Amino acid sequence: MSEILVLAELTPTGVRKATLELLTLARRLGEPSAIVCGDATDDVVARLGEYGATTVYAVTAPEMEQFLSVPKAEAVATIAQRVSPFAVLVTSGPEGKDVAARVAIRLDSGLVTDAIDVVADGSTVTTTQSVVAGSFHVRCEVVRGIPVITVMPNAVTAEAAPAQPTVEGVEVELSDRARGATVTSRTPKHASARPDLADAAVIVAGGRGVGSEAGLGVVEQLADALGGAVGVTRAVSDLHWAPHDLQIGQTGKTVAPGVYIAAGVSGAIQHRAGMQSSKTIVAVNKDPKAPIFSIADFGVVGDLHTVLPALVDEIDKRRA
Amino acid sequence: MKIVVLVKHVPEPTAVWSFADDQTLDRGALAGRLSELDEYAVEQAVRLVEGGLDAEITYLTVGPPPAKDGLLKALAMGGDKGVHVQDDAIHGSDSLATSLVIAKALEHLGFDLVLAGMASTDAEMSVVPSMVAERLGVNQATFAGALSVDGSTVSITRESDTATVQVSTALPAVVSITDQTDEARYPAFRAIMLAKKKPIETLSLADLGIDPGSVGLAASATRVVDVSPAPARTAGAVVVDDGTGATQLADFLVARGAL
Repeated sequence: MSEILVLAELTPTGVRKATLELLTLARRLGEPSAIVCGDATDDVVARLGEYGATTVYAVTAPEMEQFLSVPKAEAVATIAQRVSPFAVLVTSGPEGKDVAARVAIRLDSGLVTDAIDVVADGSTVTTTQSVVAGSFHVRCEVVRGIPVITVMPNAVTAEAAPAQPTVEGVEVELSDRARGATVTSRTPKHASARPDLADAAVIVAGGRGVGSEAGLGVVEQLADALGGAVGVTRAVSDLHWAPHDLQIGQTGKTVAPGVYIAAGVSGAIQHRAGMQSSKTIVAVNKDPKAPIFSIADFGVVGDLHTVLPALVDEIDKRRA
Repeated sequence: MKIVVLVKHVPEPTAVWSFADDQTLDRGALAGRLSELDEYAVEQAVRLVEGGLDAEITYLTVGPPPAKDGLLKALAMGGDKGVHVQDDAIHGSDSLATSLVIAKALEHLGFDLVLAGMASTDAEMSVVPSMVAERLGVNQATFAGALSVDGSTVSITRESDTATVQVSTALPAVVSITDQTDEARYPAFRAIMLAKKKPIETLSLADLGIDPGSVGLAASATRVVDVSPAPARTAGAVVVDDGTGATQLADFLVARGAL
């Protein structure tokens, strides 16, 4: 059966959810092999096996963490050149893009980024992408080389399909260039008590209309009442009222929760690009002409500082 | 020092985009602008020089004739000259071919530091700077949220979901700049006028020694099968808050199974 190479990403607590999604997708195309550039502990191997990896290529060279991106790119390219997989899958993100770009050049192969679906028909791999702020779907075929595809997180729901992986230690000879960009420090970010934006069923997002950093309080309060995540627009992030990690949009995160409540969000196209696939969109804004209303399933023209706390009261009342 | 900033002229994001018969983006049908994310790279280049770096700034773009406007906008923000690679054979190039043209142009021009935006605002791939670095065999430091240059060392700050990292690399290098850096300046009218006097050189594939057969739609390693409009979202009910807005909203969420 065709081998699909999946670049696995590790977290301090195990394997990133997006990697489990990649393995699930890879199973539709062939047999997944996970590449681990780091410590392939028994727990990591077991987790990858739980989601169908039949092989784990373990690349333990310390350069993988000491230098930015290029060592991982070289590891993936080297393994791909050795095993000639049917496709190479990587999760979209800064490191994923860095790796996929270089692998595509080394393999002289077609590269598709930000795929939301991948299917195989015989020897043809076809990807689907959502482009132009979600207004078009594009299907693409790779016509040269080994398809290198970056996949959006959350494009696929991770499903377990247990396999017993064989672990192969891989020695990769790194070029001098791989050691070109030194990671001189790494500061972990705080985990939030709220759900991750990527996973949340409900997101409450605050835009410039919240008025101030303190103004986000009503957004957070509503998110907590709904058990959801907090998001912000680029305007709010640029004003430093919230960390950039919470930014949703073209240069932030793309989300598609069950419910997206946009408070004080005008709905500029760069923001819409990041949330327009949400199942249900609700908007609260003082400005009746705000573009967000044109994509909202329900809108309230009003002051979010009044409406959101009142909504929290309603929620509490109905739950009592 | 030679700084080259890669810039792209892209369709206006607020215009309605469409695709031509050959499944490429129909750029001719739309007004264009310098890609907003490239402006951050331009701003960083100009700030480096304003901060005392002894460097010449060249803007490099690849595109059909209107791409020159992107160079003029960049030159209005600062910098010294523009280079426009223009050739009909480039039409429909994928990222691999685009990076080939840019790499050859950079070799032709010579450079110490290449700056680029974090992504184009049309294709949004974020891969060309890495590909260019790979092709040229030079260092890369992408997705920089902050940048400084000290002698021949470039230091950047870069964010991921889980951590903030500091990275240090030696010139020559390709660095891409995110929108977390300084806001792009709005050029004064005088600067816009002065930009028109700055030199812009136009180059063809032949000038760069690139075989036309290695770029363009036919040479692409990917092929668009089809483009279909996504189902449009239509607006639902909009109510004005008369004190019952929150109640109506709660009712709506219940009806949608969200409460």
